Amino acid sequence: MAVVHDPLKAPKGCIEVKNTTCYMCACRCGIRVTLRDGEVRYIEGNPDHPLNNGVICAKGASGIMKQYSPARLTKPLRRKEGADRGDAEFEVISWSETFEIMEERLKHIRATDPKKFALFTGRDQMQALTGMFAKQFGTPNYAAHGGFCSVNMAAGMIYTIGGSFWEFGGPDLERAKLFIMIGTAEDHHSNPLKIELAKFKRQGGRFITINPIRTGYSAIADEWVPIKPGTDGALILALIHELIKTGLYDRDFLVQYTNAAELVSTDQASDDEGLFVRTDIPRDPDCFDPQDKVWWDIKNDKAVAAREENADPYLLGEFTMADGRLVKPAFQLLKERVESYSPDWAAEVTGISVETIKRLAYEMGITARDEKIELPIAWTDVWGKDHDTVTGNPVAFHAMRGLAAHSNGFHSIRALSILMTVLGTIDRPGGFRHKAPFPRPIPPCAKPPKSEDDVKVNTPLNGMPLGWPASPEDLFVDDNGEPIRIDKAFSWEYPLAAHGLMHNVITNAWRQDPYPIDTLLIFMANMAWNSSMNTSEVRKMLNDKDEQGNYKIPFIIVCDAFQSEMVAYADLVLPDTTYLERHDVMSMLDRPISEFEGPVDSVRIPVMPPKGECKPFQEVLIELASRLKLPAFTNDDGSRKFNDYPDFIVNYETEPGSGIGFLAGWRGADGEEFMKGEPNPNQWEMYEKNNCVYQYEMPKSFQYMRNWNRGYLNWAQEHRLLRYAEPINIHLYSEVLQKFKLAAQGKTEGRQPPEKLRKRIEQYFDPLPFYYEPLETQLTDKQEFPLNAVTQRPMAMYHSWDSQNAWLRQIHTYNYLYVNPKTAQAKGVEDEGWMWVESMHGKVRCLCRYSEAVEPGTVWTWNAIGKSKGAWRLSGDANESEKGFLLNHLIAEQLPNHELGENISNSDPVTGQAGWYDVRVKIYPADPEEEKSSWPQFKPMPALPGTGNIKKCIGYFAGLFTKDSPEKSDKGAGE
Amino acid sequence: MTQLALVIDLNVCVGCHACVTSCKEWNTSGSAGYLTDENPYEKDPTGTFFNRVQSFEIGEYPKTETVHFPKSCLHCEDPPCVPVCPTGASYKRLEDGIVLVDFDKCIGCRYCSWACPYGAREIDEQQKVMKKCTLCVDRLYDESLPESERKPACVLACPTSARLFGDVHDPESVVSVAIREEGGYALMPEWGTKPANHYLPRRKIRKPIHEDELQRADNPLNKEQRKPRAPVDEPTLDDSTSW
Amino acid sequence: MNPAFSVIFLTTLIGVGQGMFLAMYTGHAYSALNILPFETSASFYGVGSMIALVFLVGGLIASFFHLGRPERAWRSAARWRTSWLSREVIVLPLFMGLVGIYAILTYFSWWDLSVYQSASGSNLQLSLVIGVMATLASFALFICTGMIYACIKFLQEWASPLTVINYTLLGVASGFVLATTFSSYAAPELTQFYAVWAAIITFAAMLTRIASLYRNARIKFKSTIQTAIGIRHTKIKQKAMGFMAGSVNTRDFFHNQSQIFIKNMKWIFLTLVFPLPLILLWVGVTYSSSGILIFAFVVQYIGLIAERWFFFAQANHPQNLYYQTI
Ligand SMILES: Nc1nc2c(c(=O)[nH]1)N[C@H]1C(S)=C(S)[C@@H](COP(=O)(O)OP(=O)(O)OC[C@H]3O[C@@H](n4cnc5c(=O)[nH]c(N)nc54)[C@H](O)[C@@H]3O)O[C@H]1N2
Ligand SMILES: Nc1nc2c(c(=O)[nH]1)N[C@H]1C(S)=C(S)[C@@H](COP(=O)(O)OP(=O)(O)OC[C@H]3O[C@@H](n4cnc5c(=O)[nH]c(N)nc54)[C@H](O)[C@@H]3O)O[C@H]1N2
Ligand code: SF4
Ligand code: SF4
Ligand code: SF4
Ligand code: SF4
Ligand code: SF4
Ligand SMILES: [Mo]
Repeated sequence: MAVVHDPLKAPKGCIEVKNTTCYMCACRCGIRVTLRDGEVRYIEGNPDHPLNNGVICAKGASGIMKQYSPARLTKPLRRKEGADRGDAEFEVISWSETFEIMEERLKHIRATDPKKFALFTGRDQMQALTGMFAKQFGTPNYAAHGGFCSVNMAAGMIYTIGGSFWEFGGPDLERAKLFIMIGTAEDHHSNPLKIELAKFKRQGGRFITINPIRTGYSAIADEWVPIKPGTDGALILALIHELIKTGLYDRDFLVQYTNAAELVSTDQASDDEGLFVRTDIPRDPDCFDPQDKVWWDIKNDKAVAAREENADPYLLGEFTMADGRLVKPAFQLLKERVESYSPDWAAEVTGISVETIKRLAYEMGITARDEKIELPIAWTDVWGKDHDTVTGNPVAFHAMRGLAAHSNGFHSIRALSILMTVLGTIDRPGGFRHKAPFPRPIPPCAKPPKSEDDVKVNTPLNGMPLGWPASPEDLFVDDNGEPIRIDKAFSWEYPLAAHGLMHNVITNAWRQDPYPIDTLLIFMANMAWNSSMNTSEVRKMLNDKDEQGNYKIPFIIVCDAFQSEMVAYADLVLPDTTYLERHDVMSMLDRPISEFEGPVDSVRIPVMPPKGECKPFQEVLIELASRLKLPAFTNDDGSRKFNDYPDFIVNYETEPGSGIGFLAGWRGADGEEFMKGEPNPNQWEMYEKNNCVYQYEMPKSFQYMRNWNRGYLNWAQEHRLLRYAEPINIHLYSEVLQKFKLAAQGKTEGRQPPEKLRKRIEQYFDPLPFYYEPLETQLTDKQEFPLNAVTQRPMAMYHSWDSQNAWLRQIHTYNYLYVNPKTAQAKGVEDEGWMWVESMHGKVRCLCRYSEAVEPGTVWTWNAIGKSKGAWRLSGDANESEKGFLLNHLIAEQLPNHELGENISNSDPVTGQAGWYDVRVKIYPADPEEEKSSWPQFKPMPALPGTGNIKKCIGYFAGLFTKDSPEKSDKGAGE
Repeated sequence: MTQLALVIDLNVCVGCHACVTSCKEWNTSGSAGYLTDENPYEKDPTGTFFNRVQSFEIGEYPKTETVHFPKSCLHCEDPPCVPVCPTGASYKRLEDGIVLVDFDKCIGCRYCSWACPYGAREIDEQQKVMKKCTLCVDRLYDESLPESERKPACVLACPTSARLFGDVHDPESVVSVAIREEGGYALMPEWGTKPANHYLPRRKIRKPIHEDELQRADNPLNKEQRKPRAPVDEPTLDDSTSW
Repeated sequence: MNPAFSVIFLTTLIGVGQGMFLAMYTGHAYSALNILPFETSASFYGVGSMIALVFLVGGLIASFFHLGRPERAWRSAARWRTSWLSREVIVLPLFMGLVGIYAILTYFSWWDLSVYQSASGSNLQLSLVIGVMATLASFALFICTGMIYACIKFLQEWASPLTVINYTLLGVASGFVLATTFSSYAAPELTQFYAVWAAIITFAAMLTRIASLYRNARIKFKSTIQTAIGIRHTKIKQKAMGFMAGSVNTRDFFHNQSQIFIKNMKWIFLTLVFPLPLILLWVGVTYSSSGILIFAFVVQYIGLIAERWFFFAQANHPQNLYYQTI
């Protein structure tokens, strides 16, 4: 066949291949970027990368369109004099002017009242640096997105098993036989989870999904168990009920590795009610669970020190101590707790049949018990006992925001952790496994500051801006018990707010509650859109002025890479680079990409120069910190310590000479050490040579049972992952929570909650998980608002930021509200028809799509597809704003005022986790006369100076695109 | 004779679209020239893609199955799109069975797209020529790539490895084995096009529970029966007798 | 299918051209056989053929609008062995060439040019021979054009001999109607002859076209959503086609019109192509009104456009099974 065009002939051009790390999402896969004549030819998964083994996702493979998006900011901008916030009228300024403005402002704040500077960051993964900047600055008002994301998942599990899902740990699908996924659509571990899930299915594993909706992962489950949103706690408690009732729990595991057998004082009158009975063995260091508890030994029928040689404790029963105190093993209390949570009861609550609930319990219990795995791996436990094998009960779980994003999520997640524990699956083959630097002590050592005195002018904050309170004494409140942070984290309102409450920052700052702030710096968060609840009102607050005409929030700095909705509200815009243009670290100090087998960290190394005047935020922080002479960034002689970010990463040590820095790999002067070692000037080169990743594989004997594995704990201590090599026993029963409860009951000497919150603390700080309706549901008329509304992550979009991506936006151009046909028809809403969704707080007009894959009491949509007009450099008539909608308009950041108080955040009362998925709605058809477009609509955002032109048509061809292709012309708009 | 093809495993495909954009990305800068996108930042964006992932719902709640269904050219063994092409631009390679369009010959008459029952062809509205999945022929024989990477972009990208690639005429190839052993089937067999690409159906794993598995001797609850302690202070023989 | 206007014009225009030529040649042949009076205003067949040629050229031009790359059109003759389109591309210019030659021969009344002169003095005129060749080419062209559609077996509405027959009869009918009109100006004595033939062919076309409507209304589609994705279940519903603002698959294969619109189109074309021209022919001939005859042609041609539109719109491409829901 005469072929004119030889399909095998590659186009001409100079080819370069570079490795770096993806950041089209927080999964952070290794990528290989091929450039042709300086333009990106191809981005593929790096086959030599431990995280993704060469695969990539839809977003990762669309990186080119992010790189060349016209929505990219390329110049620092200042809001035009006289223009309102939100109008997006800006003028270009230079970086030196930008720095001067920030330096002057921040210097003044630091010298007067550091609290008035608030730094909040969104979907970033560089909290080690941003947090450190805040601490050095001296402001407590710092948090990343965790509070509105999934802090429930972190806290619920860390306060129970010392580790959590996502980066912190996960299901061992290599060995599991039964896998139960709860409330997960995509999660951070996107590619690895997909790789594992497929392998698991191919090995014949059974996959059950519990989710009101069946899409994505759930699509390939062997069984879909639809559940009513917010009721998982009920289901899980019923499963525990059934497992205990049938004896399908792992007794040995509970006895050895948890506090199940430890005796709790049950004397209602006494001040130590609900606390563990202790021996007088000396107490261990502050952040560890002292090993001083007591068992009731079966053989001798008396109290003995827990884990005494040859002792075998009762798990159930009631006993009287020698001093007459009534005591019960924690497991007995758990049993009593779940007594009333029968499958019959749970069926009512969850909408899942009694048979299904029982069957699920049996499947879990029988698989765990009868399909045990014994791996020939010898290890020694922390008490000195040798084990020839590692045992696994191959039932694995994964859960995410379907549990977390409810205001009862903390207790549901604690229940899940306990379910996993009762089945004996923690850090064992086929169950849940930790990833370094987890497990941590329960709770971890880092503590927030404790009082106003910890915040001082021109001084670093005393304490970590974020931490893990172990008792009321660790709360960050003033003498009256009132919050010190602007988001009220670690106050009596949200005591265990380990990730802060970013979703309340703007509202609180606007209301000047607890105090006014001056400068709000937002990095990588679209707070004027998808990461705010009550979006329409929040947009008004951002632009609101007092009687004197001064902004309620005086100065807003936004660092973004794109023309997002948030940028419109900035006074100062810092144009960030893309992930292909900057140095970055996925650090051990932060959230590294570790594997079950050992610590892994990785870096980003630029594959191309920054576009226009883009500057990495990392560099901005180093520059600012140097200008402000923050101690960690300044030499003793007052001179600047670090030239730039790469220099900082290499040379920074947590304490002088500590040998601990951001990166774990190739430390020591000649790069021979890891985890700990003096700075290595060639560290970046070493990473570059090694696929931008450092992986350490621990000996097999350190890879399991890490909470109690002497080898591992010693190793971790030696390498400074942990301060103490102490066992991390599972908190089936949480004494930490009980301490708060006792304080609320007035039974303690120390700090006690303000009167108005006593009841709330007493109720929600329960040492054992319990089920309650989500707070918003409790306050909603369920007759009027019968449906739950939730969102899901689409696999091919990252939050709000991919609508500027020409390829991804073709996949999700706008969004529908998915409704079960029966539900919709009952309300007269047609398939593809316009409809209203209304909650207590607001309403939205959108398009309906019938779906048989959604539980009839739930409606849902893809998250953050709808856009505000003109944002993301989309034309005013783009489908995203015309037909797309944002559910956030229906969700409030505060609960309606009720007896527990005013302005209480719509959050979990324990952790402050945003209750995104608690909102209840009603639906009805839009009037045929109404406009055929979504509602609400906002004033269109003009093109910002420095952004690109939008073209009728693009034909991307690497090597020619910005050079001489017919469609080029990359002149900035507005210049 | 060789017939290269994809086998798509619907049992593991989660509908992530990685195969869609990795395909676009590889091919837009590939030997065929760019794949146009129209209205990229405006109303109704549309463009040339060689591979799409569709979603179907099967059955009624609660017995709903959601099926993600990726589809690109099936490289039919008897491709109706080829003989109809007036220019010969559309052809099937003898050496490996890949159906290609010679973009420099194509007159953009769209006739081949009418003749494809699967909707697998895509006109590039800018260049006005027909395009379609090339099975990444420009990767398969590229000596500069390591052997393991001489595979279609979508296959390498797919996180669930739902996309298998190989020679369906070689009975021992991964694809042939998968078709044989996992019940691989062809789309619209009624037209005799003999698509080289195949699909693997959903397969379910179930766990039967037997009554006796619930009743076991080693039930740990047995341990918890606290035997009543015989009282120490009540009378015993010790009090009244001595031997 | 989404009707493409370039193709509609192409097929209808060359149909008229072909029919017009056939009408001219029929007249010529009849008169050669002395069935009809030999037309003395010699240029009648020549001018008529030139008119045919104009339509053919019009069709050719329309066809270029269908091509993405008309500058490469020459390549399309390459696959005559397999492609009906390629064959059409070859036959159409051939036919046009023959019609051109025929037009010249007849226009200049080169009756003397003969291929063969018998002893008896009767001669086989070159124009007649060229005419036969052109006639054959014309039928070949009808077959090619019709087969372009009829050969796609999964377009079940098209995959029938009726497609070719209808293309042929409709083309011929429209040509004869045009010839009737033309003759009413240029050779009124032939008007009735052409009118009768036009009526007969139109009537025949009506029968076959109705037959094809009847057939198509009863088609049992071989492809279903079940065979398309290979899943057996009575309830399958597409929820996403993978992109939301359309692609060639939604633009070329869907007409995006309501069922009512389609139905109206059917009645419009059935009226405009068949009964109305028949009545108008009758009236036009009866009252010797060229105006009415022109009207008859115009009405029928408009009807044919509607017919062709309907022809496309009615065809259900199996690919549409994959593109049901955005
Ligand atoms: N209704 C509803 N709302 C939700 C959720 C939900 O499930 N339902 N989920 C919540 C959760 S879990 C989260 S984490 C939040 C996420 O919400 P956000 O943290 O607001 O995340 P994004 O929308 O991704 O926006 C982050 C911003 O980062 C910018 N950006 C992208 N790349 C870069 C870069 O390289 N540098 C800089 N400086 N900026 C960049 C983008 O342009 C965008 O403006 O949304 C929350 N909102
Ligand atoms: N492609 C892509 N990947 C992402 C992101 C993205 O935007 N795009 N975002 C990243 C971020 S910031 C986060 S936090 C993670 C979130 O990862 P996920 O937690 O997986 O994301 P969500 O979409 O919030 O998924 C929640 C799931 O819970 C279900 N659900 C809702 N309510 C309930 C309930 O009460 N019970 C149960 N059982 N299920 C429920 C929903 O149907 C949905 O399937 O994803 C990360 N990964
Ligand atoms: S999962 Fe996230 S990090 Fe990995 S390739 Fe996709 S976008 Fe990139
Ligand atoms: S990449 Fe794989 S899992 Fe994702 S949609 Fe394509 S075939 Fe399915
Ligand atoms: S799928 Fe369509 S385009 Fe591909 S070979 Fe078959 S008929 Fe041709
Ligand atoms: S569009 Fe191109 S490839 Fe298709 S039939 Fe026409 S010439 Fe052939
Ligand atoms: S084989 Fe290549 S061209 Fe075909 S769908 Fe896959 S990536 Fe695209
Ligand atoms: Mo998140």
